[in-house]
Amino acid sequence: MKKVLNRHQIATVLGISLFVTLLFSAPLSAQEAAEPAAAETETASQASDESAGDPAKGKQLFNQNCAACHALNRKMTGPALANVESRLAEEEGLGKDWLYAWIKNSPAMIASGDAYANEIYNEYNQAAMTAFPTLSNEDIDNILAYTSAPPPAPPQTTAVPTGGETGTGGGSGISNDLILGALVLVFGILVVMLFLVNSTLKRIAEASGVVIEKEKTEKRTPIWKAFAQNQFLVLVSVIFLMLVAAYYAYGWMMQVGVDQGYAPVQPIHYSHKIHAGDNKIECKYCHSSARVSKHSGIPSLNVCMNCHKSIYEYKGNPEGPSPEDLANGYTNEFYTKEIKKLYKAVGWDETNQRYTGETQPVEWVRIHNLPDFAYFNHSQHVSVAGIECQTCHGPVEEMEIMYQYSPLTMGWCINCHRETNVKVEGNEYYEKIHEELSKKYGVDQLTAAQLGGLECGKCHY
Amino acid sequence: MASNKKYWKSEAELSPNNSIVEQLRQNEFPEEVPVDEFLGDKEGLAATTTNRRDFLKYVGFSTAAASLAACEGPVNYSIPYVVQPEQIIPGVANYYATTIANGYDFASILIKTREGRPIKVENNKDAKSNNGANARIQASVLSLYDSSRLQGPMAGEEQTDWDTLDATVKATLNATQNSGKKVVLLTQTYASPSTDRLISEFQAKYPNVSHVTYDTISEDAALSAFEARYGERALADYDFEKADYIVGIGADFLADWQGGNFDSGYSKGRVPKNGKMSRHVQIEANMSLTGANADKRIMLKPSQQKIALAKLYGKLNGTTVGGELPEAAERALDQIAAEISKNRSGAVVVTGIDDVNAQAVVLEINEMLGSKAFNPSAPRYIRQGSTAAVNELIADMNAGKVGALLMDGVNPVYSLPNAAEFLEGLAKVDVSVAFSTLWNDTTAASKFTGASNHYLESWGDVQLKKGHYSLMQPTIKELFDTRQFQTALLKWMDNDVSYYEYVKATWNENILNGSDWNQALHDGAFVASGDMTSEATAAPADAAEGAEEAMTSSVVPVASALRALASSPSSDMELVLYSKVGMGDGQQANNPWLQEFPDPITRVSWDNYLTVSKADAAKLGFENEHVANGGLDGSYATVTVNDITLKDVPVIIQPGQAPGTVGLAFGYGKKTGVREDMQVGVNAFPLYQNFSTIQEAKVTKAAGMHEFACVQLHKTLMGRGDIIKETTLEIFNTKDHAEWNHVPQVSLNHQEVPATTVDLWEGFDRSIGHHFNMSIDLNACTGCGACVIACHAENNVPVVGKKEVRLSRDMHWLRIDRYYSSEDTFEDDNEKKDNLSGAIGSKVGFEEMEDPAVNPQVAFQPVMCQHCNHAPCETVCPVAATSHSRQGQNHMAYNRCVGTRYCANNCPYKVRRFNWFLYNNNDEFDYHMNNDLGKMVINPDVTVRSRGVMEKCSMCIQMTQKVILDAKREGRTVKDGEFQTACSNACNNGAIVFGDINDENSQVAELKDNDRMYHLLESVGTKPNVFYHVKVRNTEKA
Repeated sequence: MKKVLNRHQIATVLGISLFVTLLFSAPLSAQEAAEPAAAETETASQASDESAGDPAKGKQLFNQNCAACHALNRKMTGPALANVESRLAEEEGLGKDWLYAWIKNSPAMIASGDAYANEIYNEYNQAAMTAFPTLSNEDIDNILAYTSAPPPAPPQTTAVPTGGETGTGGGSGISNDLILGALVLVFGILVVMLFLVNSTLKRIAEASGVVIEKEKTEKRTPIWKAFAQNQFLVLVSVIFLMLVAAYYAYGWMMQVGVDQGYAPVQPIHYSHKIHAGDNKIECKYCHSSARVSKHSGIPSLNVCMNCHKSIYEYKGNPEGPSPEDLANGYTNEFYTKEIKKLYKAVGWDETNQRYTGETQPVEWVRIHNLPDFAYFNHSQHVSVAGIECQTCHGPVEEMEIMYQYSPLTMGWCINCHRETNVKVEGNEYYEKIHEELSKKYGVDQLTAAQLGGLECGKCHY
Repeated sequence: MASNKKYWKSEAELSPNNSIVEQLRQNEFPEEVPVDEFLGDKEGLAATTTNRRDFLKYVGFSTAAASLAACEGPVNYSIPYVVQPEQIIPGVANYYATTIANGYDFASILIKTREGRPIKVENNKDAKSNNGANARIQASVLSLYDSSRLQGPMAGEEQTDWDTLDATVKATLNATQNSGKKVVLLTQTYASPSTDRLISEFQAKYPNVSHVTYDTISEDAALSAFEARYGERALADYDFEKADYIVGIGADFLADWQGGNFDSGYSKGRVPKNGKMSRHVQIEANMSLTGANADKRIMLKPSQQKIALAKLYGKLNGTTVGGELPEAAERALDQIAAEISKNRSGAVVVTGIDDVNAQAVVLEINEMLGSKAFNPSAPRYIRQGSTAAVNELIADMNAGKVGALLMDGVNPVYSLPNAAEFLEGLAKVDVSVAFSTLWNDTTAASKFTGASNHYLESWGDVQLKKGHYSLMQPTIKELFDTRQFQTALLKWMDNDVSYYEYVKATWNENILNGSDWNQALHDGAFVASGDMTSEATAAPADAAEGAEEAMTSSVVPVASALRALASSPSSDMELVLYSKVGMGDGQQANNPWLQEFPDPITRVSWDNYLTVSKADAAKLGFENEHVANGGLDGSYATVTVNDITLKDVPVIIQPGQAPGTVGLAFGYGKKTGVREDMQVGVNAFPLYQNFSTIQEAKVTKAAGMHEFACVQLHKTLMGRGDIIKETTLEIFNTKDHAEWNHVPQVSLNHQEVPATTVDLWEGFDRSIGHHFNMSIDLNACTGCGACVIACHAENNVPVVGKKEVRLSRDMHWLRIDRYYSSEDTFEDDNEKKDNLSGAIGSKVGFEEMEDPAVNPQVAFQPVMCQHCNHAPCETVCPVAATSHSRQGQNHMAYNRCVGTRYCANNCPYKVRRFNWFLYNNNDEFDYHMNNDLGKMVINPDVTVRSRGVMEKCSMCIQMTQKVILDAKREGRTVKDGEFQTACSNACNNGAIVFGDINDENSQVAELKDNDRMYHLLESVGTKPNVFYHVKVRNTEKA
């Protein structure tokens, strides 16, 4: 089994961040951040020349209302909207009024038999566009202004590696190292000083005529012979060595089959950090069966497509890729390529925005492998006990590559059952048993162990 | 007193001078176990090249290699759905209501599926009729995953495709239109409204098509008698719950008589309530499951049964009927008639004699009595075969009149008595197509084979009885390129509608009468509302009226029927063919669960055999003997019926077999398409002449001994007679329970006290939370064995094969012990002897006493792990692999077990099973756990055990834990009835009840307080969590 140990990662991360921090200083990054803002205002002023609407407001409205189905330069559920106003005017001879009517109530227009409305409706698989009666004409103007503005240049993906962003985490590590380094330096100086003092004293002694006697060492038995002759010492050290060996052998054997830190390479590089961390998607949105089943379930690809139908490319986090990401090759192109892998597996034809039906199930490498003779039920822990996923799975929202956080040994399970109080509030099932048992044990809060959570047959059958 | 009753397992025990029995009291094995064979073989040891040091080297190397290999774990993959079906959540079971209708078994059932795989059959408790799954139905889910299933259509022995087959059939259908040749559909009984409609439409399109229904084991006599009387080809329905007095004459109605499924009603009437229970008298030749449950069993040859039936009619009617019967039988009949006349409408008479006259007389008797249990107004449709039509078809085939023969659900080449004639005719048919899930004798002889769907992959419907409909829906997509017969018919009619649409249309038009199709499909069963009310109110009135009418209208035919019955000729040796609970008509001969299922009466698995009475065995020189390794051996017999000879039929000496008769079960001896391990037994169908189960036979001894795999053959009860407690209804009603449910006494401080009050151990407080108990009512248990197979399916119990069963290594977690018993006590015998009066009386009396093995009483006792509160197994486990829970279950952690087997040795109930071998992924055990298809039936919630560990009943902890979790998740308390085990779920008779005794209102808590409650071996002080209810017999003393 391929193991990528957790600590290696941390070490690498630390090393790189140290390197990066030493290379660049903070002022550089401040300049960098200022640049995009300036670019934006520039495009905005350009746009305002052409249309009555406010593209800045339009962008906000567009993202709120339209972005789920439309992109500017790309067909999605609905058509690409860049320059839609001028395009309609030129190609179809339709004015703004048509657009107002269409956006506010498209089904009515289709029903009324409008030619172009029906053409669009049929072209996009008869997926009716949501009616937006709440948008005022002004709002629509704003949106149209935004769509008429030249599409913003793609964000710089190969940005110059910048420090600063990862500041705090790396910074604290560095300061520790600095302190340590300083300490080493101080000690070194101390040692040198001691030598100097010593030699100075010797010179003074010589100068004052004191003779320092040299010890006589010739007749002494070598220390190993003395050791071999002392049978008691030999016995004690043999016992000691055996105990040490046993200790390490035991330790080694106990980790056999424990795959803590196991982080296999997956067929699609799926980043929990981006999904659960950056975008704060609730774990159980994808792992929905954890609520009701013993399995947490790996989400089926149709669940991915709920979002990835519209999210077809990775635009990066707002601050741009971090140097460590770049060091690993996690560029925006890289992630976008992974999204394409998903499309291939699920059989999604991007250009025509439809499923081809040619699917290719993804063979994920299973990370958490409980032996078959151990029964574990997610819903018991997630729904009944209300335990956070992170309690066992660790900081998933920070994991670029998912790994096994807990040892998943029986001792680990048992320990938690001993320490954790059962959540009984508001659960009618526990009412009677909790009342009787807590009286019996004389406690207010019962642990899982006290409720029978240590019995063999609860997990082994 | 019940506890003094003498029980025995083999006849040897009854003889006071038997040295073997004496020896057995001390030794478990009658003969020396030949340990010298493998330990004392000096020459063998000297010759070997492996010396002790080499051996140690090997051990060292393999241990090191194994540990090194264990360091590297395998890479596991998880492959999620691309598009997950909405209703499937991995890890959560879905249940679908469907129906089995394979021509022999008909029942409304539920199918449990996991991740889209059907894994278990459950009873559809909401269905109104035929809602109990017997052992065969429970096992049928494994047949779905039979690795030898046909994977596509065949032309001869070559694979072909459906288009070719369709084209050929259609061409033939069109060609025969004008050639004067017939096209015949030869099928099983469907009892399906949709299929009936489909076939009539098929006939409308192709007018030369005729339909012949063929039941492998025919109920033609009963159908004809019913048709003659009521004008409809069907079977009368019986509700034995309403009967106070049941007379069965050769009718195994607790097994498969007239389609079966009568046992749950029967059992409800057998539990004493308010001092009353039904009384059951059985007149029969073979020791059947029904006879074993009877209060009084009278052994008569089939020819005498006919006379007895005629005489019973005469006695009830006040007329005299001729015919000769033994004295004892005559007196018994007088007594029956007298008892019936006390409460005529409470009585019911049924017969299984394959004779139209007998069936007609029974209908007449029940009409005459105005029997409440008898219901001809809502008859059953689950047998429709006509033997005359089958014979006519064979004649037509041989005359070359048949152009095409399309078969479905039947295997006539195997199961017809005149199979040779059929084969000859089949060769003259232009095109023959046989639909089947497995390759068999008929498919081998047909030109084409249509690979058929398993019923769990099919759509369909059944009218079980009038107004009671049931729907069949697929629970899995076709595993292979198969097609159900109805779909093929639609194709051949050029109808593009799917059979699902067809069934739906039929229901919406003819059956549902405005009710919702989806609801009906969800429920699986549907009762036409009009029929419900009319039945409930009109049935008794109908019966009464009918009786009067019948009296006047049918006097003449009954009289002639009686004359025919009374003059039945007797012969020296009569063969009674029967179907075994486990095998039925042999459709599922390739199902290892059923092959390993021990017969309830003989406790023999993997075989059929000739059952012979002790007297006849002595006469003919047959022997049964136990050999040193614990196996049972039996002589071979040659059986001849009308020039047809069956050779090498193994013989079992069966207590209770009527002298002058032998019995032989159908369904075995299949060779074609059956895996080698399962080609066991002999085929009895060639003896099924004229479709009659009663034959005149010649039986002679043949050379050699047969090795049986029998699971219960210790010759003694090892002095533990109180393991079964029983009493009579009279004592039960009149005496204190301390007398008939005696608790063993022990001496405490020189005082005799009940053993249950003494405790060597400190008790554990079990009053908080759940405390599971199981109640087993010996009165309600008929020994049918559905629970055994349900347990098999739920708990991934491996099949070990005939050889291993013979070595007592069977793995059944739940067994149903069968005990024979004779007179209550030896004192009773003495008393009886003193009270005999008159020459005839004493002759009969002494005859009865002479050999109690002739006609014993039988008791069934399901035994599984008793989950003792003071479990002897737990204290001896060196690694604490078995431990106790506060919920009353005795846990077994397989991963902790090192296989010392101390626990099994210390278990007083012998319920622990040791895995001698790796039964999964092992081609030595070629049953179902060694192939990917067969593994699909495995329950993912239960560990598949490996070699070298002990296993046993867990009281289905996976099911109780699931119920608890569901309640927790929903934040509610657990309702009574939610806790179930596989066996209690499977028991449709109410014999096994499971629940939480800390819930005072639960059924099981109530049952525990019952006076009939006792524990097994109370004197041992194990305090089990399984308890039994004393068996009460409604003997004549009541």
